[in-house]
Amino acid sequence: MSYVEEGLSKDEIFNKTGQTVGLYNVSFDVYEGEIFVLMGLSGSGKSTLLRCLNRLIEPTSGSIQIDDEDVTKASKERLRLIREKQISMVFQNFALLPHRTIIDNVAYGLEIQDFAKDERHEKASVAIETVGLKGHEFSKPSQLSGGMQQRVGLARALATDPEILLMDEAFSALDPLIRSEMQDELLELEENMQKTIVFVSHDLDEALKLGDRIALMKDGEIAQIGTAEEILTNPADDYVSKFVAGVDKTKILTAENVMKRPDPVVSLKSGLEVALKLMEKHGISSIYVVDKAKRLQGFLKADDAVRAQKAGKTMEDVVIKEFPKTTVDTPLQDLISIRAETDKPIAVVNENEKLVGVIVRGSILAALKTTEEDDEEQEEEVEQ
Amino acid sequence: MIVPQLPIGSVVESLVYWISDTFGFILDLFSALFGFVIDIFKDVLMAMPPLLFVVLIAAIAYVVGRKDWKLALGTGLGFIVILSMDLWEYSMETIALVISSAALALIIGIPLGILAAKSETLYKVLRPILDLMQTMPSFVYLIPAVIFFGLGNVPGMIATVVFSMPPAIRLTTLGITQVPKELVEVADAFGSTPWQKLIKVEIPVALKTIMAGVNQCIMLALSMVVIASMIGARGLGYQVLIGIQRVDIGVGFEAGLGIVIIAIVLDRLTQHLTPK
Repeated sequence: MSYVEEGLSKDEIFNKTGQTVGLYNVSFDVYEGEIFVLMGLSGSGKSTLLRCLNRLIEPTSGSIQIDDEDVTKASKERLRLIREKQISMVFQNFALLPHRTIIDNVAYGLEIQDFAKDERHEKASVAIETVGLKGHEFSKPSQLSGGMQQRVGLARALATDPEILLMDEAFSALDPLIRSEMQDELLELEENMQKTIVFVSHDLDEALKLGDRIALMKDGEIAQIGTAEEILTNPADDYVSKFVAGVDKTKILTAENVMKRPDPVVSLKSGLEVALKLMEKHGISSIYVVDKAKRLQGFLKADDAVRAQKAGKTMEDVVIKEFPKTTVDTPLQDLISIRAETDKPIAVVNENEKLVGVIVRGSILAALKTTEEDDEEQEEEVEQ
Repeated sequence: MIVPQLPIGSVVESLVYWISDTFGFILDLFSALFGFVIDIFKDVLMAMPPLLFVVLIAAIAYVVGRKDWKLALGTGLGFIVILSMDLWEYSMETIALVISSAALALIIGIPLGILAAKSETLYKVLRPILDLMQTMPSFVYLIPAVIFFGLGNVPGMIATVVFSMPPAIRLTTLGITQVPKELVEVADAFGSTPWQKLIKVEIPVALKTIMAGVNQCIMLALSMVVIASMIGARGLGYQVLIGIQRVDIGVGFEAGLGIVIIAIVLDRLTQHLTPK
């Protein structure tokens, strides 16, 4: 360790001691109920880091805290209890016990805790049902497909009702279609259970899809921690930006990232006069109409407003209720197709129907253009 | 070129005699104990009417072989052939000797194999000893066995135990160390105690390899029991020995055939004990 602190490189340390530095200077918080993804290429130390959390691999220094307890200082007996009750784990190659039936595999953690057979089978059945494998209780693992086997792995981890799930490349050994299906189901389960999940993955798409937050690892150190968006739009260094270069940003960027501020808006109560003045002042031919709570009510065109004013109608009569509208979390990909069907600007509302932005013709193109420019710049760097 | 002669032979000789003199009473105790065990097996087998035994072993073959009636039939027929050659008593004596030797070898060998899988140091110490045990010509074991236990079934059994134990140790160690790392991690990650890990994960996963060791152990025990007839172990081996001494092909061949039948039956039965 002293070599590391002296600032020698990994290669130098290896030459001196014959030992490799697995992890160094890694520090992060995982919040309760979130999915935290550790991502990196193979050899970056992500699986090692995961195994340090439940001390399957003993960290040589540093500390790991769950709530206020330092796991690294726990006695053998205490560590066993933590593993029994608080942390469980899902493995890359499923790691089911081949000689046991599905239900006995799922009940393994409970069996270790000396639950009576009836009770542990009862709990295991619930877990099996949760992962959608009801009816397979008495099959052997070899009779199930890969996807089903990993459901068993997940059920086994859930059966002990732990606070924390460690998932080591849990879906990497599955076919792409099954993998995607399992990811969706994990997200669904997580909605209901609110477990704290630390998920290791080498697949960026998976990390972006699952992770509330992502830690990108490189050579045993963390290169960047942040949400998917932060990592994509604001990479901390060249390594991160190269890593994310291949990502299809239209899937990740949402309406929120490309919208403009909806200036100006007019209140439904303020009347046509005010609306027309605002449009004149800003040199625009249409305006969004909101109510008192800033909830989007409609869309007003200047010529409609003028006609209505002449006819003595109120604003409510001429407000157009049919117009393209979308939510803040709509991916760019979908916006492009909405955009293709209309020439009107797209209103962006949040979950309370409040108008938060607008997407005009140029916004999407501009967003795509910047990502392409980024890519080109990176390619040049690689060539140099 | 003159190389000074190492006194290996005389050192081993004096060591063996020293053990024999110093621990004589313990050796006598063992001798009585083992003799007693062999006699129990022998008496039970002998007390049974031969035809009952034939039916019983055929039934065992049927159950163990998962309703393989061909195995059951072959087993029954084999023993009827032995009966018709009038070698029944010798065969039962051989079987009693094989079972008691192999049982002792397994009782010592399997736990030792597990320990060797857990301890790198023990494995390193054990390996050359196992090499020695397996490559030393089997006749050589007979000499100290005679010095320690005299002539008869007991020294035969001891020599057999020594000779047949290595594969049980080796294959148990192999099986346990070959348990996939992820499965061991599963045991640890769910908070198993070392004992739970061994009983619930490692042994069941390694069982196939361990059972291969059991099979090997029993086969070697049978071959050694025959050789042990040279120091007075009774049974079919002794009949073979008589055949050699009298140059009587008939006696020798019949006894040899009996051994082959027992070997095949024991092999098939123990192979079927291995989980699929």
